[in-house]
Amino acid sequence: MLEIKNLHAEAAGKKILKGLNLTLRKGEVHAIMGPNGSGKSTLAQVLAGRDAYEITAGSITYLGQDLLDLEPEERAREGVFLAFQYPVEIPGVNSTYFLKAALNELRKHRGLPELDAIDFLQLVKEKMKILELPQSLLNRPVNEGFSGGEKKRNEIFQMAVLEPRLAVLDETDSGLDIDALRIVAEGVNKLKGPENAQLVITHYQRLLDYIVPDFVHVLYDGKIIRTGDKSLALDLEERGYDWLLEAYEKNGRRAESVPA
Amino acid sequence: MEMSTIAPILSETKADPFVLSYETLEKSVDASSPPWVRALRHSGNAHFEEVGFPDTSHEEWRFTNVGPISRLNAHAPRAEDLIAATPESISPYLFKSLASTTLVFVNGVLDLALSCLTGLTKGVEVVDLPTAIRQELPWVAAHLGRYARVDENAFVALNGSMIENGVAIRIPANVKVEAPVFILFLSTSQADGATVHSRILIVAGHHSEARVVESHAGLADSAYFSNSVAELVLEEGAKLEHCRLQFERTTAFHVATVQAHQARSSNLTTHSISLGARLARINVTPVLDAEGCECTMNGLYVAEGDQLVDHHTTIHHAKPNCNSHEFYHGILDGKAQGVFNGKIFVRPDAQRTDAKQTNRNLLLSDEATINTKPQLEIFADDVKCTHGATVGQLQDEAIFYLRARGIGLEAARRMLVHAFASSILNRITIDEVRTYLDDQMFDLFERPPA
Ligand SMILES: Nc1ncnc2c1ncn2[C@@H]1O[C@H](COP(=O)(O)OP(=O)(O)OP(=O)(O)O)[C@@H](O)[C@H]1O
Ligand SMILES: [Mg+2]
Repeated sequence: MLEIKNLHAEAAGKKILKGLNLTLRKGEVHAIMGPNGSGKSTLAQVLAGRDAYEITAGSITYLGQDLLDLEPEERAREGVFLAFQYPVEIPGVNSTYFLKAALNELRKHRGLPELDAIDFLQLVKEKMKILELPQSLLNRPVNEGFSGGEKKRNEIFQMAVLEPRLAVLDETDSGLDIDALRIVAEGVNKLKGPENAQLVITHYQRLLDYIVPDFVHVLYDGKIIRTGDKSLALDLEERGYDWLLEAYEKNGRRAESVPA
Repeated sequence: MEMSTIAPILSETKADPFVLSYETLEKSVDASSPPWVRALRHSGNAHFEEVGFPDTSHEEWRFTNVGPISRLNAHAPRAEDLIAATPESISPYLFKSLASTTLVFVNGVLDLALSCLTGLTKGVEVVDLPTAIRQELPWVAAHLGRYARVDENAFVALNGSMIENGVAIRIPANVKVEAPVFILFLSTSQADGATVHSRILIVAGHHSEARVVESHAGLADSAYFSNSVAELVLEEGAKLEHCRLQFERTTAFHVATVQAHQARSSNLTTHSISLGARLARINVTPVLDAEGCECTMNGLYVAEGDQLVDHHTTIHHAKPNCNSHEFYHGILDGKAQGVFNGKIFVRPDAQRTDAKQTNRNLLLSDEATINTKPQLEIFADDVKCTHGATVGQLQDEAIFYLRARGIGLEAARRMLVHAFASSILNRITIDEVRTYLDDQMFDLFERPPA
């Protein structure tokens, strides 16, 4: 459902992604790990359509369409969802109003009737229960004054309401306490389905105990330098990145030939 | 040709129409007015004749050229030029569910048929100015013209010289007025230069509580001129919320001064919402003249096309232990020009002053401009004073966040502009007014083009 080929991206003249390849099929969960600054959030933002990043080479195909051709809102309407690493506070925009507007844009795009206030509230109540979020958050401006954990939970709450086909979660686990981590992970798992795919960016194996990935990738120096199954995450947890990075450097910074 | 040599001579000898208006008023009503009113008119006129209209070399008027006002063929509205004000024609300026006291002044004159004087809390006096003057109400005589001094500027002087119309309100001590008092000043003359000098006096007795809404609007797309002065007097412990709404036609000129005087432990909130007029200049000047005062000043100005909107706020911290907070937001589109000048004076006496000021501006087009300037003059040493001004476009991160959820670029922008306005409007405690303004903002910024 998602095919990224030889992706090169840069921002402010800095090359960040340098030939990244990645394929996600329907029903799969992929985890991306990698040291700080390796380009994980850049990949997530590029998928969502952030125009601060310039694509200098490569392609992204999503459900048969050229994703790079679509505006951010068109991608969202086609079912791409990014849970931000740093959700933005938007003073003055009420959370309920915002989410209802977003959902109705998606429904309009799919030829469904818009939800009225009552149906929307009904839906929201159900989803809030799953994420164990206090309803009062919805009466406040988007993310404004939310605690770090509330912001992250709010992202997954939005995901639950919008029901995306491709969900990209950028370090949704960081800043969550142990209970919240479990709640959020359960929320994410509920949204898993044969027609969906999930790309989960994380630094910690802990999250992958709950959200079990089919593949684990290591992103470094702007490319995927290693792909394995969930045991790779356990290895990294134990041994860190050094052994992998050393092998990569020794190989003349060529990802393909890193020994498994 | 001949005309060209005659014209300059003519214009030189012709008396200023603003002074002529004064002379007409003097002939008609002045002789029968009490001496304190005559004194105000005379000193107003004398001061105006002395200083005349300011030009842009004047520090306070650097960015606001009032030349077009000075060149108006100023005259009192004439019966033959007026559009009739009816319940239908004024309804866009009224708040649907507001059941409280409503006074409608049409071209300066109280229109009893359009007004509603029921629902007034016992003891509260709401008197139109001609009546107050005729009856020589002592509390009006004691306060009118005492705070908004004619030597403040040419427009206050002019207003003083023409003092006749408007309203005086007194809240008795210890009375809490639940329902807001609503005042609408409506101009309806189709003739350029039709001028109304309106006046408001509010005296809030000690430990009283009240909310007053003052709106200014027009029915005709003419170059009319509305020059208003409000004096707000807060006695000890009084709490007053004053909400000023400027919805003049974009062909009109609007100049206003809000002058407040606060006694010990009083609490004043002013809102200045300015949406209309071709040129609007609003001065808000509270004097915190005793200990323990709170003063909050909120403002929102929205302008497009060739509009110019100028707020000058001056807060005088005269005594110790007072707090002031000021929040002004501006949204400028087209070729609109905005001016914000926020002065904070902290006098040597005023120790432990806490004064905050913020002015944020959104420029929605490349041609819109804003001149924003804080001006702090602090003569006490134990003082907390902060100020900040920002000028910018919408935040890219916020736009992207909304788009990443499926909201289109234009809708996202509109939502954020609306939110920027709402963050000021949300400070208004009068639900009807807040909802009304929020609907206006929605129409202005969010309603998709038909
Ligand atoms: N808009 C930008 N302008 C300039 N440099 C950028 C921009 N965005 C990212 N970078 C740089 O690109 C590199 C990759 O950043 P990115 O945020 O993708 O890393 P990351 O893998 O998500 O790191 P972390 O694990 O710390 O979240 C960093 O060196 C970062 O400073
Ligand atoms: Mg990151």
